[in-house]
Amino acid sequence: MYGNAYIDPNEKANGILAGEDPIKLKEFENRIARGEKIEPKDWMPKEYRKQLIRMIEQHAHSEIIGALPEGTWITRAPGFRRKMALMAKVQDEVGHAQLLYSAAETLGKSREDMTNDLIIGKSKYSNVFNYPAFTWADACIIAWLIDAGAIINQVANAKGSYGPYCRALDRICTEESFHLKYGHDNVVTLATGTPIQRKMVQEALTRWWPPIMHFFGPSDKISQHSEILMRWKVKMASNDDMRQQFLNMYVPKIWDLGLVLPDPNLKLNEETKKWDYTEPDWDEFKRVINGGGPCNAERLAVRRMAEERGRWVRKALLNKSEQYVTPLA
Amino acid sequence: MIKSLDPRITRENISENNTIDPLTPMDNWETYEVFHQKKRGDQHMHVGIVHAPNPEMALLFGKDQYGRRGITANIWVVKTANVFCTEYEDQDMFETTPEKQYREAGGYKVMDKINKYKKAQKA
Repeated sequence: MYGNAYIDPNEKANGILAGEDPIKLKEFENRIARGEKIEPKDWMPKEYRKQLIRMIEQHAHSEIIGALPEGTWITRAPGFRRKMALMAKVQDEVGHAQLLYSAAETLGKSREDMTNDLIIGKSKYSNVFNYPAFTWADACIIAWLIDAGAIINQVANAKGSYGPYCRALDRICTEESFHLKYGHDNVVTLATGTPIQRKMVQEALTRWWPPIMHFFGPSDKISQHSEILMRWKVKMASNDDMRQQFLNMYVPKIWDLGLVLPDPNLKLNEETKKWDYTEPDWDEFKRVINGGGPCNAERLAVRRMAEERGRWVRKALLNKSEQYVTPLA
Repeated sequence: MIKSLDPRITRENISENNTIDPLTPMDNWETYEVFHQKKRGDQHMHVGIVHAPNPEMALLFGKDQYGRRGITANIWVVKTANVFCTEYEDQDMFETTPEKQYREAGGYKVMDKINKYKKAQKA
């Protein structure tokens, strides 16, 4: 699972091609325009490398941090089968992080540096994981709708230009389809269950709707420098387009279950064929992604604890005569 | 101390300001390229990498990462450092290969000649 990579809208977009060899840049852009993939040792603009590292790294962190709120529900998942399924899902998410870290490593940032940037709070991860999962129903809503959003994002990005990222995403998307079905199954069970179960899932949905609307990132109106990233097939769809796609696919499924979404303005506009909705609170989004959310501190503290407690094992296994080599693909 | 909704985390008594020394190079070990054979008779296919401290653990991680769904017959791991590759920059060395029609079955067309010969024999 994953949220769209966050790019600070205040960052300057000017001068990002300064100093690039114009001939090589042309060759690079032609290759992408022909639909060919870029491979790790190819020449690439500095900005392409930087944005890809940021994006893939954020994606990897999201998988790891996303597994934390879900992992805490394994022991409390109702029934043996759901415990097994949730364990499998959490293992998948951690596996996805491994695949993504590997893809980012091919661009020259070591896995240790990525972990360091995460645990000191320098790197971002998907904002939704800074919110708590209060009840079992929250875990079900996450598994269904957050993973649904992730799939929309990942299917789009799998058609991008960077070979290693695309290969990782193809593998990830296949596995996420189980997560989505598992999540949907759980939500349907609650929504078609007893009045108490229905109330629980409705409350979870109401809690999660604002973060879900934030999931694809700030509105295109306030998001800059997408154009060159779209041309380079780093970004494959605009934030608003992905949000529309999500609403199109899932609002009817939510309404099918007789659940209520906490936005009185949400409706399909018959003229534009797009969804109208209340503009999400982007100040809240910024506050939370910059550390002010209810769970930011807990997530990173737990991550640091895990890193520290595993350290002696990793050290004991290390063969000092070995050397790191950047992975090939 | 972290007060979490998850009792297991609360029990750990983790300080919110726990700091740790940064990871140093090789903390996550070196990398191995992983090759996966779905069933006997198939080619092994490159599927990705794992970080591991030795070949035995690389096989274990390879199984967890690339063999946890569907069927698997066999897995190979090779240290990344031991793989030698051509450079994409030198791709022009393969450029004329598709033109070598004399290496292809399709490069040999004899029916025209046979038909012409048969026709001449009849006449």
